[in-house]
Amino acid sequence: MNIHEYQAKELLREYGVRVPPGRVAHTVDNAATAAEELGGERWVVKAQIHAGGRGKGGGIRVAGSIDEVRHCADQLIGRHLVTPQTGAAGRLVQRVLVERACRIHKEFYLGLVIDRGTQRITVIASEAGGMDIEEVAARHPGRIVREAVDPAVGLMDFQCRKIAAKIGLTGRQIPEATKLMQALYRCFRDNDALLAEINPLAVVDEGQLMALDAKMSFDGNALYRREQITAMRDFDEEDPKEVEATGHGLNYIALDGDVGCIVNGAGLAMATMDAISFHGGKPANFLDVGGGASPEKVENAFRIVLQDPSVRIILVNIFAGINRCDWIAEGLVQAMRDLKIGVPIVVRLAGTNVDAGRAILAASAFPFIMADNLDDAATRVMATLRAAPA
Amino acid sequence: MSVFVHRDTRVILQGFTGQHATFHAQESMQNGTNVVGGVTPGKGGMTHLGRPVFDTVDQAVQETGAEVSGIFVPAPFAADAIMEALEAGIRVIVVIADGVPVQDMVRVKRYAADKHAVIIGPNTPGIITPGACKVGIMPSHIYRAGRIGVVSRSGTLNYETVQQMTELGLGQSTCVGIGGDPVNGADFVTVLRAFEEDPDTDAVVMIGEIGGPQEVDAARWARENMHKPLVGFVAGVSAPPGRRMGHAGAIIAGQSDTADAKMDLMEELGVHVVRNPALIGATAHRVFS
Repeated sequence: MNIHEYQAKELLREYGVRVPPGRVAHTVDNAATAAEELGGERWVVKAQIHAGGRGKGGGIRVAGSIDEVRHCADQLIGRHLVTPQTGAAGRLVQRVLVERACRIHKEFYLGLVIDRGTQRITVIASEAGGMDIEEVAARHPGRIVREAVDPAVGLMDFQCRKIAAKIGLTGRQIPEATKLMQALYRCFRDNDALLAEINPLAVVDEGQLMALDAKMSFDGNALYRREQITAMRDFDEEDPKEVEATGHGLNYIALDGDVGCIVNGAGLAMATMDAISFHGGKPANFLDVGGGASPEKVENAFRIVLQDPSVRIILVNIFAGINRCDWIAEGLVQAMRDLKIGVPIVVRLAGTNVDAGRAILAASAFPFIMADNLDDAATRVMATLRAAPA
Repeated sequence: MSVFVHRDTRVILQGFTGQHATFHAQESMQNGTNVVGGVTPGKGGMTHLGRPVFDTVDQAVQETGAEVSGIFVPAPFAADAIMEALEAGIRVIVVIADGVPVQDMVRVKRYAADKHAVIIGPNTPGIITPGACKVGIMPSHIYRAGRIGVVSRSGTLNYETVQQMTELGLGQSTCVGIGGDPVNGADFVTVLRAFEEDPDTDAVVMIGEIGGPQEVDAARWARENMHKPLVGFVAGVSAPPGRRMGHAGAIIAGQSDTADAKMDLMEELGVHVVRNPALIGATAHRVFS
């Protein structure tokens, strides 16, 4: 689960990370008031959307007067911001963060991740701040410092000093960086974060270290014990179909093809998409109905897949382990009856209670196209699409 | 022999009296698994499915000599249950729970560091040596005893692979699901090493997916250390970057992380790579015969 920059900064401030003085504004008037109250001569007005690359999309603007703050806010609030990560449609900006600008002397990168290589929380730092860290890692791996944290003792001060020295901090900046890294680590650990990124971390004004941008992402599986984080969820930033799917216990991700997919298990769902692609088709979505799928859940899966107008055919691929093919089949029949589905349905069933499942489909009056295995299913999808008028 | 679980292996289940544990314990007992008891705190002293129930894993191990535990407790309690099993001296711990917080697993792995146990999962369908022992939730009837090892991250894709193999007459020595989470117990290398050392396994099929360096690391290890043929597939060629494909670990993080990039590297390292998931069984058949 992702949160906005302003939320990440509020959270980090609670833990003792220094961030610029700032206010959130939902209107142009609010933005101007915020700037007045913050004081100073220059302000930064930052669009609050979850997608990255805001700078490149014009979502971060510097204003030298209150009038300019108004102008910047007006250019952002209520408009769609297009960044390299939003797609062509962009993302609606509902609020901006107004911050007092500071003089930047040098920029660094500081991040915490759960590294799959070490299987531990790992600090990543670089003296190449403000840049895309993946690009730095690919081009100049020597400019990246990594330090894995032993969970038995937590992040140690000596590790922080080592990192600070390696990225070129000196003098009193080293103990200051140590304090900041410890605060960031505590925030990460105590809130079940998966990612915390300060980019840039900057040396500003009189030499203090400050988090000029902050990005955090949290473990959805741990939200049950993180009330404060759960309250920060912004559903407007998520695809409504994906939110609806989650509510039904389904895992749905919209893609841009025309073959709707309803599958159980993430791995098989990906492999089903791959099989379709291998045969020259394009999947319209990823959808995992999960384990223990009831007929109602299956019907809801159809409802969500069919909301996408580009879907021309649906492939149902179920390999039941903990699931039951007869329940899936009942859900299919129920969906056909209730939803008046106009597109062809190819069905492949295997595993637990497969014969009962096939019998239910055969006994129904609906024209399911039955497939024997994955290859047969993908082949039938493509043959049916080719035979149908576009 | 087979790997990790065998005909005589003494198995307990944690969360024994729950609905899923009950169903799968029954199914696996009918298929030859030696379930010797189970643990449900507060229900110690009862009998369930004709087997004793204990309050703690420690008691269960003392009384039954259990070596393997299947963990069926809900995800929020999984870390505690795994550590309890580790502390009690369980040798193989199979974690079925889906949705275990990642940082819980980071702590579990640290706790396990000096315990000499194998953790399978979390978010795994389990492990099965067909006809001898099953600790998990997979449908037993699709498996056939044989001489090919199967290891996968995904559960249902494990079933898919096995069915393709069984239909072509290729039986399995042991099938292991290592789970789809970013921080998990046994990795591909651990399982490949066990298969390499197992005299009853002739060849191995490895099924990976997008996200993380595991598959390529395993292929690199296999080139140096493995003499048995290895067939590999990586799911997610059609997955877009930056989107989490269901599994907590299935996300393309960088350019070298895509399914195609991984399969290219695996091929260079000598793995027999399958590009079409519908032909995993057929490829294994061609390579192994």
